[in-house]
Amino acid sequence: MAERMATSLQRESSPGGTERGPALLTIRNLVINGLVDDTVVPILRGIDLDVNRGEVVGLIGESGAGKSTLGLAALGIVNEGCILVDGSITFDGIDLRNSPESAKRDLRGARIAYVAQSAAASFNPAHKLIDQVVESAEIHKTEPRKRAVEKAITLFGSLALPDPTRIGERYPHQVSGGQLQRLMTAMAMNCRPDLIIFDEPTTALDVTTQVEVLTAIRNVVQKFGTAAIYISHDLALVSQMAHRIVVLKDGVKVEEAETRRMLAAPEHPYTRTLWAVRSLEKPPASAAPPILDIRHINAAYGQLRVLEDVSLTVQRGHTVAVVGESGSGKTTLARVVCGLMEVQQGEVVFDGTRLPPLRGARNADVLRRIQLVYQSADTSLNPSHTVRKLLSRPLRLYCGLRGSAGNRRANELLDMIELSGAYIDRYPSELSGGQKQRISIARALAANPDLIVCDEVTSSLDQVVQEGILKLLMSLQKELSISYLFITHDLATVNAIADEVAVMHRGRVVRVGEKNTVLSPPFDGYTQLLMSSVPQMNPDWLDGVIQNRVGVITPARFAK
Amino acid sequence: MVEMPHTTEGSSRAERTSGRRSRFSYALRKAPLNVKLCFAVVAVYLFAVFFAGLIAPFGESELVSPEPFGPWNSVNLLGTDQLGRDVLSRLIYGARNSIGIAVVTTAIAFLLGGTLGIIAALFRGWVDQVVARVIDVFMAIPQLIFALMLLSIFGTSIQNLIIIIAVLDSTRVFRLARALAMNVAVTDYVESAQLRGENLLWLIAHEILPNIRPILVAEFGLRFCFVFLTISSLSFLGLGVQPPTADWGSMVRENASLITFGDLTPLVPATAIAVITVAINFIVDWYLQISGASNG
Repeated sequence: MAERMATSLQRESSPGGTERGPALLTIRNLVINGLVDDTVVPILRGIDLDVNRGEVVGLIGESGAGKSTLGLAALGIVNEGCILVDGSITFDGIDLRNSPESAKRDLRGARIAYVAQSAAASFNPAHKLIDQVVESAEIHKTEPRKRAVEKAITLFGSLALPDPTRIGERYPHQVSGGQLQRLMTAMAMNCRPDLIIFDEPTTALDVTTQVEVLTAIRNVVQKFGTAAIYISHDLALVSQMAHRIVVLKDGVKVEEAETRRMLAAPEHPYTRTLWAVRSLEKPPASAAPPILDIRHINAAYGQLRVLEDVSLTVQRGHTVAVVGESGSGKTTLARVVCGLMEVQQGEVVFDGTRLPPLRGARNADVLRRIQLVYQSADTSLNPSHTVRKLLSRPLRLYCGLRGSAGNRRANELLDMIELSGAYIDRYPSELSGGQKQRISIARALAANPDLIVCDEVTSSLDQVVQEGILKLLMSLQKELSISYLFITHDLATVNAIADEVAVMHRGRVVRVGEKNTVLSPPFDGYTQLLMSSVPQMNPDWLDGVIQNRVGVITPARFAK
Repeated sequence: MVEMPHTTEGSSRAERTSGRRSRFSYALRKAPLNVKLCFAVVAVYLFAVFFAGLIAPFGESELVSPEPFGPWNSVNLLGTDQLGRDVLSRLIYGARNSIGIAVVTTAIAFLLGGTLGIIAALFRGWVDQVVARVIDVFMAIPQLIFALMLLSIFGTSIQNLIIIIAVLDSTRVFRLARALAMNVAVTDYVESAQLRGENLLWLIAHEILPNIRPILVAEFGLRFCFVFLTISSLSFLGLGVQPPTADWGSMVRENASLITFGDLTPLVPATAIAVITVAINFIVDWYLQISGASNG
């Protein structure tokens, strides 16, 4: 405990650190352009960045801001299709822009390492983990294999991986996503590099797993005094790791400040929008008759039970948020409501009538009144249909609108989702992520539904875009008194949109009720864990979580 | 991309407003020279198909010379065949028969195999099992021998030829279409269409087909070549297109003996087959390239 306090103190006492000699990494006036269909698109427009020895710099911005490009540039890598136009990249006195490829290769893995967002895609599934972890040591011949393996095993221990001596004998598919991400950190750390680039290392993980990985990463980075660039779109996460935060927008640095100063007093208005969703809060709604009543549902995939005795009620014009980590059965519940998944027991009652369990047996009117909006608009909009076709088909099918009447309604729908009619002849690939999600909402609205099941509709979007979508959903609810069954893992989203909340864990509803009741103490064990796992806009949050959790509860042991 | 409603990105605005067709013609204009040349070759062949009666100097089975196997001269540019018919005229008429039969056969094969493949992918389960196993049985028998067998059972009319080759070739199309459609059938947009209550025809024609089209079109070009060669081989063996109808495969067979005398006439229809096969393959490669690039 004392050691932990010491390290956290040390983290705070090493700010900018300009007094400690020249910076480890210096990037000056970096300009990188991308080529999209023969058109030059600027990605980075003159970025300056310094990373000192032992310092963690957070890099934050929405997708497309150029974070990853900058992260790769620190390795001296410019992606295919991108051109380094101007600027310099200097690592410990070595000019990375003009060095030959062989010189850069000697640095990579040995002195600069990279941890990618998707660990699953970065490990070779055909080789044992330990072979891949010590690979860079073997390639760079820094030490004999035996010593590298020993070092790796020590690292596994510091990263709180289970069974450090033997986990390396497993293959990538035999460990969990959170463990794989920690193993990748071990792979990067094993040569004791001077600088590590973390590119959204926890974005693909659950909130509860995210805390473990974040803690593990922070511990080893502090232990070895490694300098790091930590890239993320989540300011709360970055503020746990970084001494200093750099905010990027459209390839330009909009703000750079020491972590605490930035959180306390962000100077640029753009920085403030980064926690946009957190400022939304839905006022409580008055009671209404139920529109959807889920009673004692049991469902299973083969032998695996995914829903156990789940009951839930959605009132007309209300939003019920279903929260829980992945694998808790949230999405299965949504599929049961839509008739896409067979149930073993229980029933779904919609507006007073009991629904047939599968969609094939439901009549067209029920199909119209319950609409589903998917998590990823990329996969739920047919890429070969224009917006016009996407919207006019349900209009024709459900409302019998054709030709000019259908067109008029399609334009109205675009208006409702705050997109102009100019978008009507575009293909989904010509829209941004947020616009696509708006189109899928419009497609659901075309049916004039009573209930929209939203399956993680905002989780793949940036904060600002999320805020826009959530505001849109709320205003539509007010206007059309639609009910939402809102599946999410993000408690900030819950706060923004929900009237009632159901917390799911391992296929059961562990806590349900009005939002303020569910989200205020006293908590049950799992809700406590979930609540405490949500990153707060407070650089001391992680320290607090670690202290509170010592010996009390860990997700791995939270089996029952 | 920065997302803001009501804002439009200024870049490539013109390209967006234009439709798919002009995108194709744009790509064609930017195509490399060999692809343009191949298009020209196909155009020449098509011209021969449609205007054979106008450009051929003699009739299809008209006896123009008492002398069989006549040499190349100013009247019969490519000489005469074993019955004294003009080889050039038969070559031009042969384009109509050979290409026409191959196109119709390939089209039927794709209609049959493509539809079955998509249906198998959509329904899975026993439908998929039954169709796929029957197709497996068909594929287990060597194609040319199977075709010869069926042709001798049902007789060698042009309709029979087309139907038999189409059915046998549809097995390959089925395999491809099923594999491609499997990937599309599990996407959210197909599920969402099913959830909307769409019928089978809509699912096939609007949700799945447009997304597997580029590869199917490319495969159409390749299949066309194979069908063309199969029919030519059958004709060469005497079980394909029957005399007096002109066909490149049978023309090679009928004049084959000339090659031993150093006369190149039998190589002319053979070259005609080779050239269109090569041209179509180039076009197919190019099409795959541009459609792959634009679909991401």
